[in-house]
Amino acid sequence: MGRVGLRAFAAACLLVSAACGAEPGPVPQRTGPAALQVLIGSSGAAETKAVTDAAAAWSAASGNSVTVIPAQDLDQQLGQAFAGSSPPDVFYVDAARFADFASVGALEPYAEALPAAGEFYGTLRQAFTYQGRFYCAPKDFATLALQVNEELWARAGLTAADVPRDWTQLTAVAERIAAKGITPLVVGDTVERIGAFLVQAGGWLISPDGARATADSPENLTALQYVQQLLRARLARYPSALDTGWAGEAFGRGLAAMTIEGNWIKGALAGDYPGVRYTVHELPAGPAGEGTLSFTTCWGISARTPYRAQAVAFVEAMTAVDQQLAFASAYGVMPSVTTARDRYLQAFPADRAFLDSADHAQGPVNAPKMGNVLSDFDTQLQRLAVADPQAILRRLQRNMTAALRG
Amino acid sequence: MAEPAARRRGGIRGNEATAGWLFVAPAVLILGLFLVLPIGMALWVSVSGWNGQGSPFAPGVPFVGAQNYADLFLADGLTRENFMISIRNNLYYVAVAVPAQTLLALALALVVNQRFLKGTSFFRTAFYFPSVTSSVAISVVFLFLFANSGAVNALLAMIGISGPAWFADPRGLLHLALGGLGLVDVADPPAALTGGGPFGLSWWEWLAGPSVAMSTIIMLVVWTTSGTFMLIFLAALQDVPVQVEEASLIDGANAWQRLRHVTLPMLKPALFLVVTLGLIGTWQVFDQVYVMSQGKPANTTLTPAYLSYRTAFTDFEYGVGAAISFVLFLIIVVMTLLQRWIMRDRDEVRPRRRWWPRRGSTS
Repeated sequence: MGRVGLRAFAAACLLVSAACGAEPGPVPQRTGPAALQVLIGSSGAAETKAVTDAAAAWSAASGNSVTVIPAQDLDQQLGQAFAGSSPPDVFYVDAARFADFASVGALEPYAEALPAAGEFYGTLRQAFTYQGRFYCAPKDFATLALQVNEELWARAGLTAADVPRDWTQLTAVAERIAAKGITPLVVGDTVERIGAFLVQAGGWLISPDGARATADSPENLTALQYVQQLLRARLARYPSALDTGWAGEAFGRGLAAMTIEGNWIKGALAGDYPGVRYTVHELPAGPAGEGTLSFTTCWGISARTPYRAQAVAFVEAMTAVDQQLAFASAYGVMPSVTTARDRYLQAFPADRAFLDSADHAQGPVNAPKMGNVLSDFDTQLQRLAVADPQAILRRLQRNMTAALRG
Repeated sequence: MAEPAARRRGGIRGNEATAGWLFVAPAVLILGLFLVLPIGMALWVSVSGWNGQGSPFAPGVPFVGAQNYADLFLADGLTRENFMISIRNNLYYVAVAVPAQTLLALALALVVNQRFLKGTSFFRTAFYFPSVTSSVAISVVFLFLFANSGAVNALLAMIGISGPAWFADPRGLLHLALGGLGLVDVADPPAALTGGGPFGLSWWEWLAGPSVAMSTIIMLVVWTTSGTFMLIFLAALQDVPVQVEEASLIDGANAWQRLRHVTLPMLKPALFLVVTLGLIGTWQVFDQVYVMSQGKPANTTLTPAYLSYRTAFTDFEYGVGAAISFVLFLIIVVMTLLQRWIMRDRDEVRPRRRWWPRRGSTS
């Protein structure tokens, strides 16, 4: 049914969009009780339930009605909704796609005016700032950290004191693990994991204001050469080489002693591999110090909503400290505001490594039209073991520059 | 009376045209609404700079002319490179899959058509079974079969072959063959090939051949489609009159001669149908790529149909996505026409007027 279904579906959305053409210009605002549509890209049943409950509580207290719709494929459904001129009022926006939405004027830049605007972590504010405007309130976030399998660690004759703090120690420890016939490190083969090494080397792909590509830099080269060296010596392996879909699976099955993943690995391991014992540490520092990547989602408000004020009130309620802590315990994310930090650490002391990384975390590449470019970079990274890092970076630089121009 | 009835529109057959239109109206309406109209809309999107916000027919949407098509063929950039890689992948895919599935289907049909074979209906059902199963379900089964520690590699290991990491292996089969024969060094290909090539892809890239990952998709598609095509061949085989075969037997033709000179010529219409359907189906391959690989590894399973979907719905480049689908449409039309021309009946349709003189003749 694949092809036929898709075709019919594409035809249907074109028809719908033709039927209800958009009226240009500002949308007239309505006061009073609103009927808000909230589209969420849920991580699972727990998140859907937590958000639905929170929305129900808010609607009971405020007199508005809220419908929470969990999306099957958030990006695609949002794309359709915007094309059909009937976008939901509030929706999740992934930081990696944020600039695409902001650049076409789909988002309402409401976050600057929030009373709590200054309380969000700096890296998260930066992730949702486009051309100097802070658009939407970060919902929560996750960072990358180093997970260590205690059993394999002990089998390799290592102790808690051997957890690597920098690249030199990482190589040394990995060699000791490899000598026991254990794969030392499994790491995802995309920029979303390997990018952390770029940050540790003092580089990154784009300038902080999102205007210039900075891929072809000596810092980035150092990082890729280091990762290449790990891959060539088989000190690090990609998940596909271990016959697994992602690094968490390889780690959970005990195929590697270390991995680099984010907060989500906690829930995934508890669900699929409850037997594995592991500890979480901050990533080893590179030549330029500590560095990691942050992943976040914001509460986007549609620029076409007639209920702007009500939507902002809804987002304020969802990002309040108590609500965020409730979300955190429901589905394991970290609150996006610094004011929730201490209470979060009291409740989840094991997550200190993830939360402490926030200070030197780099958000996703924040510029429009980067999806294609970064997926090409991922393709290049898949063959990093045999490719020339300098050529990979030059190619990325060229593609990013072209995308930023166009 | 010399007045022919046809001149007047009245009479007993007068309302036939109206009635005819009335009867085909539902089909015309449905085709127009769900086929012609969307195609027209997509054609507009392919020449517009629509960014996915609001209707593509709203006043503010810019007309960019052939810009989206130029991005695919002329402009040096990632769009063209990805598109050309997808074309290359699909070319190899078609070149291997169409002959393979046609030959396999023909062979299966010939076997199942044997009169002495017992349990033919069982075999017919068995061979047809993959075709009626959901392609998504089959794709998932193949994912398990071809996993690194899956059944295929386990079988290969039994005979002492260490199987490749099928879905993670981007190496081209032609590259591997050339390297295996010692003609070129795959790690350091000759500069003559890497230097340049058409449409921004080097000759070395064009000559990669289907990747190991792509070859698993080819195997899957050959396996699933040959059942349907077997059925078409079988129907045609059963139409071959027994007398013709008997006549050839009396003429002393052996089995191979009977197949080559009697059966195959009579199967020509079926062969045309199978090859046409095969060409169209293989150029449109989507479900298997969507389920199994999403273009990975290293873009070697990227196909134009999947690239069109990805460009439009995840990269929000609706114009380029629509342009890719129109180029794909043209490729299929051209391929079908070409194949029609190659398979034209040379015995019956001779050119009526020759513009070249026949050798040794004066007229």
